[in-house]
Amino acid sequence: MSDVRFTKDHEWVRLEGDTATIGISEYAQEQLGDVVFIELPTVGADVEAGGDAAVVESVKAASEVYSPVSGRIIEVNDDLEATPGLVNESAEDEGWFWRMELSDPDELEELMTAKDYKAFLEGLD
Amino acid sequence: MSQELKQTPLHALHAELGAKFVPFAGYDMPVQYPAGILKEHIQTRAGAGLFDVSHMGQVRLTAPGADAALERLVPGDIAALSPGEMRYTMFTNDRGGVLDDLMVTRRAGDIFMVVNAGCKTEDLVLLRAALGDAHVEYDEDRALLALQGPGAAAALARHAPGIAGLGFMKAATVAIGGTEAWVSRSGYTGEDGFEISLPGDAAEAVARLLLGEPEVAAVGLGARDSLRLEAGLCLYGNDLTPDITPIEAGLTWTISKRRREAGGFRGDAIIKAQIADGPSRRRVGIKPAGRAPARAHTAVVGPDGAVVGEITSGGFGPSVDGPVAMGYVTRGCAKAGTEIELDIRGKRHAAAVVKLPFTPHRYAK
Repeated sequence: MSDVRFTKDHEWVRLEGDTATIGISEYAQEQLGDVVFIELPTVGADVEAGGDAAVVESVKAASEVYSPVSGRIIEVNDDLEATPGLVNESAEDEGWFWRMELSDPDELEELMTAKDYKAFLEGLD
Repeated sequence: MSQELKQTPLHALHAELGAKFVPFAGYDMPVQYPAGILKEHIQTRAGAGLFDVSHMGQVRLTAPGADAALERLVPGDIAALSPGEMRYTMFTNDRGGVLDDLMVTRRAGDIFMVVNAGCKTEDLVLLRAALGDAHVEYDEDRALLALQGPGAAAALARHAPGIAGLGFMKAATVAIGGTEAWVSRSGYTGEDGFEISLPGDAAEAVARLLLGEPEVAAVGLGARDSLRLEAGLCLYGNDLTPDITPIEAGLTWTISKRRREAGGFRGDAIIKAQIADGPSRRRVGIKPAGRAPARAHTAVVGPDGAVVGEITSGGFGPSVDGPVAMGYVTRGCAKAGTEIELDIRGKRHAAAVVKLPFTPHRYAK
């Protein structure tokens, strides 16, 4: 079973083998409302944990998406270009943003498990 | 926000309908309902949307000769208004800049105005200084609903036969399901529609009556913003400020021949000169070529690579199905068809100056 971790900024990361897939959480899409555009990172770019990697635009506003982990972008979800609403329909599956090779897999241990994240959300008002 | 947010008389109804609230001008206002901004926007253009705009200021001028006194504060022709006629105008400062934009209606016994929520405190200071405290009434206890869209007239007429024949920018006292309301045929969406001023304690019953009609759904401030942006209508604080004149904003049409010639309002010399010579910058529509929305404060770059202006309102237009914006550019770049670039997060994006509105106005004849 793949391990999904979450950040306090509401990104998720799923590790499968050496590859991590990143997106925004169901809670995040709910807060954003209708997503109308996503600026994805460039394939081949190196990103650092906590660094700017993408921008998600709802009707109301633009929000930064930070990379939960460090590494190199190896693939982006091209479907989001024509169908940004996938993020609203399937935030934690088909609405993924990018895939990356991790430079330091231990970083994952610092992120919240699904159970921790649920508790974290309950603590938010 | 440290200060406690105010609530409109419809707050409990919004909560019951599942609204998401945001602080706006000191009020806890519904930004959207469960349908979401995109669907609420489309709903308004296809059927009708019911908006709570009770946060806006409803002010009455009761002094005899109030029209002449008001004309010293606004460039609009107030004296020419017959009872039941309304007009869009703005308070100006000594530089011809806009302090607020507002709707003014002459009624049998007073002059009725609707001003922006964020400006109403300053507006009242301005009005009281000009007309005297005794003659400026702020109707804080009244609610204001907007019913907007091609289905608005049919839906409202089922409860208010009195609206039949009410023309665009006209207003009258109308009974809606037994409640006496002041109803104008006007709005902020580019669609046919009405604004309904009524006692706060009657607002929920009237809102429920209207929401019971098949064409009507509740619509929040999020879609109100995307609707007015597609319609090319100014948002005070973004597209109009104390540093922008009505002429730069493309609102010269709101100033009658008599008022252009005679002046007699603050900033009249500057406004007169701008009408004669043309302003050095102008408000224009801006259509980004790609899918990326360009938000307010995005720099506009001209054909020669220099910054020629700035976006003041921008986002996604659900009816246009793409990004839409408006902003101010130098005179040389203001012609529709001018190719420009937008600096979005450090990257250049192609765009063009276009005519406003993005969606044709469909006001009542």
